[in-house]
Amino acid sequence: MPKELVAVVGVGQTKHQATRGDVSMAGLVREAATRALADAEMTWSDIDAVVVGKAPDFFEGVMMPELYLADALGATGKPLFRVHTAGSVGGSTAIVAAQLVQAGIHQRVLTVAFEKQSESEAMWALSMPIPFQPPLHAGAGGYFAPHIRSYMARSNAPDHIGILVALKDRLNALKNPYAHLHEPDISFDSIKDSMMLWDPIRYAETCPSSDGACAMVLASEAVADRSTKPVAWVKGTAMRSEPTMSADRDPVLPRGGSDCAADVYQQAGITDPRRQVDCVEMYVPFSWFEPMWLENLHFAPSGEGWKYVEDGVTGLDGDLPVNMSGGVLSSNPIGASGMLRFAEVALQVRGMAGDHQVPDARTAVGHAYGGGSQFFSMWVVGADKP
Amino acid sequence: MAEIQIPAVLEGKELVRSVRTPARMEFLYTAGVATTRFLTGISEGKILGERAPGGKVYVPSRGADPQLGVPTTEPVELPHVGTLVSFCVVNVAFYGQGMEIPYTSGLILLDGSDLPLMHLIQECPVDDVRIGMRVEAVWVEAHELAPNLESIRYFRPNGEPDVVVTQPGAGVTW
Repeated sequence: MPKELVAVVGVGQTKHQATRGDVSMAGLVREAATRALADAEMTWSDIDAVVVGKAPDFFEGVMMPELYLADALGATGKPLFRVHTAGSVGGSTAIVAAQLVQAGIHQRVLTVAFEKQSESEAMWALSMPIPFQPPLHAGAGGYFAPHIRSYMARSNAPDHIGILVALKDRLNALKNPYAHLHEPDISFDSIKDSMMLWDPIRYAETCPSSDGACAMVLASEAVADRSTKPVAWVKGTAMRSEPTMSADRDPVLPRGGSDCAADVYQQAGITDPRRQVDCVEMYVPFSWFEPMWLENLHFAPSGEGWKYVEDGVTGLDGDLPVNMSGGVLSSNPIGASGMLRFAEVALQVRGMAGDHQVPDARTAVGHAYGGGSQFFSMWVVGADKP
Repeated sequence: MAEIQIPAVLEGKELVRSVRTPARMEFLYTAGVATTRFLTGISEGKILGERAPGGKVYVPSRGADPQLGVPTTEPVELPHVGTLVSFCVVNVAFYGQGMEIPYTSGLILLDGSDLPLMHLIQECPVDDVRIGMRVEAVWVEAHELAPNLESIRYFRPNGEPDVVVTQPGAGVTW
């Protein structure tokens, strides 16, 4: 049985910042959801079901927060789903919402993802003592830094590539009013001179800790056709996962990420992603992940992703713009970070990305990853109805 | 900031916008069969890996080869030396750590094993740490041995010449 078509008809997000002390968790998600409904020109009563995602519950210490958030999300008396896939969760939450429409079960699904890092201890949550591992990781940076060093060693990439990515993303963020970090004085040298936190990762090459939420309204073909605004048609969705403790695993270019990309491109009829994709939002919490994911997602040949960075290919005015919104490097409400990637590409193909709009973006790719580079979710959206 | 309407009786009082409520979690870790074998070995000063039917040696083994989905049944006692395949230098003091900074966190592939484990590198200035360096385990005193990886205090250079490292996953085709 063929899938029903599904489109993004509304997008909303909060202003992301270190502490949103003015709102509770419920206020935060409601702010994003209200904006998505307004964009979709719908009200709460139009929504058939709600799908919520966030990072593990012990980040904020609120168990199953989706239950407490049901009222704030207008989900009382409606189906409410929760999705868990670590850092990739924002992406997989959107995919679950899309599938409810593709399966013909619902016409209009609200999907929301969030994190309130100011009420959370993410570093503690990611550094739990486990008896068969020494307590050395020092959070996510301590885990990923050796993989970045491996990438540098095997690709012979020069040290300044990470700095170029950070500079590009932070300059893009200046064009995005919702981004957490707005640093007009940032420069190559200020990044280069920032502290080496987990050598080879510098402070300014690292994502911030943010409070924030993102929401989208996904709708069936019949609903989307009646929209007065451009919509983003979902042309493919894919998820993959893999075990981290496997002997032949490549933590730099994980097979799960590569398979996920191959699957989603096949669904969207993309045979040459470098030429057929107009822009990409990928999950880059540490700057070096941009060249790594360019290779893992088949945009660049193995070992050559860093050359795209150096040549400016991934700049906002480049041939293949990456992280036009400023990306995870500029805003990181963890649970929402994946959905923000998916939402940004929807805005791009709708022509509604404001100052960070890529001219004539017709086909765009959103990507998220999580855990120890082991959970992946992607979608392809397009301006043209499939 | 959203405006909050304050009742007259609270006029002029400091607003309570958040409350800090520290939480603590204590848990019993059930090691399971394979991890029990590994941790028992550690408490006796041995590093015990396990070989999967496909030939890969896991240390510590979680009881199964995740690629084949079959138990790792053959015990393999591993030498206490290996090669540093990658590392990072940590320059920040994180919550709950007593270590002096900077320190090096390394991925160490023990000789005869197929999956690196993460541990501390010491007795080597951080600027001299390099991929391909040969290292050996330094253990706590015999009476301090316990069933956890802190029984290995750290790894240090063992003086052997560097080796060429095949990066994890390199050469794997799929």
